[in-house]
Order: sequence, then C-alpha cells, then structure tokens
Amino acid sequence: MMQFTAIPEPALRLVLCIVALAVFIGLNGLLLVYMERKVAGHIQRRPGPFEVGPHGILTPVADALKLVGKQLVAPQGADPWLFWTAPILSFMPIFVLFLPIEFGPGLFGVQTNLGLLLILAFAGFNVLALCLAGWGSNNKWGLLGAARAVAQSVAYEIPLLLSLLAVAFMTGTLDLSETVAQQGAWPWQWNLVTQPLAFVIFFTCAVAETNRAPFDMPEAESELTAGFHTEYSGMGFGLFFLAEYAEMIVVCSLATILFLGGWKGPFLSGAWWFLVKMYALLTVMMWFRWTYPRVRFDQVLNICWKWFIPLALVNLLATAVLVKVF
Amino acid sequence: MAIEARIKQTPKPETGVLGTLRETAKGLWSLIVGLGVTGKYFAGKQVTVHYPRQTVEPEALTGYRGHIELVGKPKTPDTPRCIMCMKCMRICPSGCISIKAQTEKLPPQPEVEEGPQESQVPPPQPKKPKKTLSKFSLDYSLCSLCSLCVLHCPVKSLQHSKHVYWAETDKKDLTVDLLERLRRSAKEAS
Repeated sequence: MMQFTAIPEPALRLVLCIVALAVFIGLNGLLLVYMERKVAGHIQRRPGPFEVGPHGILTPVADALKLVGKQLVAPQGADPWLFWTAPILSFMPIFVLFLPIEFGPGLFGVQTNLGLLLILAFAGFNVLALCLAGWGSNNKWGLLGAARAVAQSVAYEIPLLLSLLAVAFMTGTLDLSETVAQQGAWPWQWNLVTQPLAFVIFFTCAVAETNRAPFDMPEAESELTAGFHTEYSGMGFGLFFLAEYAEMIVVCSLATILFLGGWKGPFLSGAWWFLVKMYALLTVMMWFRWTYPRVRFDQVLNICWKWFIPLALVNLLATAVLVKVF
Repeated sequence: MAIEARIKQTPKPETGVLGTLRETAKGLWSLIVGLGVTGKYFAGKQVTVHYPRQTVEPEALTGYRGHIELVGKPKTPDTPRCIMCMKCMRICPSGCISIKAQTEKLPPQPEVEEGPQESQVPPPQPKKPKKTLSKFSLDYSLCSLCSLCVLHCPVKSLQHSKHVYWAETDKKDLTVDLLERLRRSAKEAS
C-alpha cells in the first residue's frame, strides 16, 4: 500500500470491498428480478416482461425507480422504531455474509479461518428482522407471517448447520478458501460426490431459510396477503426484497464453495466458474418456485423435524465415524 | 356410482415403516416429474398472443362471447330478425338494452256502411300497423355478458359478437346502436 495513506490497509480493503459488494448486490438484484420474471413467464408458456427495453431488459430498472420514488408510509398504531429498523436490520448483515466468500482466486473481502461460522451467525439476523417487521406493523397478517418466519427459520437452521458440519468434519476447516483449495477442478473431485445427502439437505434448507417457494410461509400471498411485509411500501419493501435476493446469492455461493468446488473448473479456473455454478443453482431455486405448490405449515415443520434433522444427524455421525476410521 | 368408483381407485397411503419409505420415495420421484413438466414448458414454444403486435383472427375465436349483436334476416341481411317483443330489454338485469320501435301510420279506414241488408262477405279486418325497429342501443359499460337476452330471444335475433379488441377512453362511446352496426356490417359484407 501507498505510504502516505494514513488508513491501514485492512480498513481500506474493507471499505473497497463493501463498495464493490454494494454494486454487486444491486446489479445482481436487478438481474435476478429480471431472471425470475422471465423464468416464471417461460414456465407458464408466456414471454414474461417484454415492453421496457428490448425483451423487457429494462423492466427491473423501472421497478427499482418506482420503488425508490414511492412514499414511505407507516400504518397507524405501528411502532415506528421497530417498523423502520426491520428492513435495515434485514439488509445490513448481508454485507457481512458476503465478506468471507471467495469468488475467485484471492477474490474475497476478509481472510478469516471462521468464514463459515461468520456467515451462519449473521444469517440469523434475518429472522429477527422479519419478526420485528411483523410485530411492528400492527397488522394481523404481519404478525402471523412473523410467527411463521420464526418457527420455520429456527427449525430449518438446525439441519442446515448439521449438513454443513458434515462437510466441515471432512475438510477439517471452517475457512471457505481452504475448503475450495481442498477440492479439485473436476466434478468427481468435489465434495458433492462424498456428501450428496448433505448437499440435498443443505439446498432444501437454504430454500426454506431464504423463505422461497415452496417454503414461503412467512409471505404466503394467498393466505397472508404479503405476510411480514404487508404494510411496507417503497424502499421499505425494496430492502426486504433486495435482502431476500442477496441471501439467495449467499446460500448459492455457499453451496458452490462447499459442494461444487468453488471457482475451480475443468478448464480456465476463475471467478467466472463460480458465477456459472452460482447462477445455475439460482435458476434451480427459481425453477422450484414455479413448479411446486406451497407446502402447508404443519408439513413444513414435519419435513424438517421428522426427516431432515434425523437424516442430517445420521449423515453427520456417519461422516464422523468415517473420518475417524480413514 | 361414478364418484364411488373413483374413490375406490385412489390408492390409500401405505402405512408401516416400509410403506412410509415407499410413499416418500414415490413423493420424491413426483417432485422430479414435476420439474420435468415445467422444464419442458420452459424450453417449449410460448402459446400466448403478444397483443398490440399480434391479434387473433375472429375465426379462431371459437366460443368467445363478445358484446351482443343483431342477426340479420337471411335474405335481407341489413334488416334484423327482431320482432320487437322487448323480451331482451325486460330480461336484462343491468338494463343495458333500449329499443325504439316505429309504428307505421295507416291511412284512416273507410267507414263501413251499416245497412239493413246483411252482406254475406264479412267486413275486412282492419290492417295491423307495421312496426319497424328504429333503434336498438346497447350500453356495453353496464353489460355483464350474462347472455340472458340471447337465450330469451324467440327469433334468435341476438348473438354474441367476436369483437374482441374493443376499448374506449370515454364511457359514452361504449353505447352503440346495434341496428346501425348491423347495417354497416351488411354493407361491408356485400
């Protein structure tokens, strides 16, 4: 680093990273909104957005401008502090979640040997944000959505953690860069081959944790209008929305790093392989959303407690035994 | 009977450990089948019409129920079959049909002489004044397309049109004279 800067290098790196991440999250949010609507359209045998720009490519920009331009309204009787804290609390931890992710060789925000733990710890903030949003809105749908969000997220965090722990047992590290380094470039050298069950459990729990269909109980439109964000307008809603897409990117990145060899590929290893794998997983998530009907609430919890937690535990135990033996 | 037969056909969910496992496997397989269905649609051709740039031909609109229109007589297509019975006007729940009929003015009947001698020929029946339809207006802004008028017309003088792309910016423009419309379309057809 240059001598005349009074700012220490790690701090400078952090600031640059956060700026870059803000741009990355914003651009990806726009892209994912467009992608989601196009995927929805094509699955339903229609073209999707088509009017703004060629093939509707500017539709998300118009959407974003509309959201930014809208008045922020809080309902009567809402708790103003909780109501406005919630969207910010939902969005702010996103930056932390992205910091330890290694997008390409050496392309990460913070070098830490506890990257996985950092992500899992800060991902929990979202539940609190959803809870505050539902409680602070003074709205019955909001409250029901919040209650569902808490029950669902708390339940699904357990198998999610257990399935990731199995990978951590195998690699012997919580460092995401190290996990990528231990995997090879070819698909049969990825952790997916040794931990297929963990991958399935992790990916399904990730869908549930990000409140995506078929597990979108907290915002089930047909029952709760919009669940926890019923009362939010303009950028209040926009932040929740952006946070949801950013979390989708985070879980897909985690799946890429832990199970699919990160930025390594059979040829020309680099950040672009990471993006390809991440976007493939994101497309699968969207494909799920437009294929499966919403699961009933008791079914959501039954799947988690009766299937995923026992399976993840068995998987973890088997991994532990095998790691000890070999 | 049919319903009972169908109920018998649906298999009961299996019980027991093995049965539950088999049910779960079946369920998981159905998830993959579902993805296959939507995947095929995703890759396949779109079936919607891109409206302002593409339109559907009226011939392709089988079963489409547009606003009502008058049906002309087979020989004279510009005069409607309507006999002005006003049934459609009375049955319409929204009151969107209004009919005006013109009665022909007859020349005054010559007085029949009443003589002492009774003639063998009965006196001629007084000629009925001829009614003609002068206006058949439809306020489409009120119409709910319930089809009652079409069903109740005794001479099948009403039908649903295939006029799909009708939009106006003013509510007043949604009131049309169907008689004029019939004449115009008859002229266009000839």
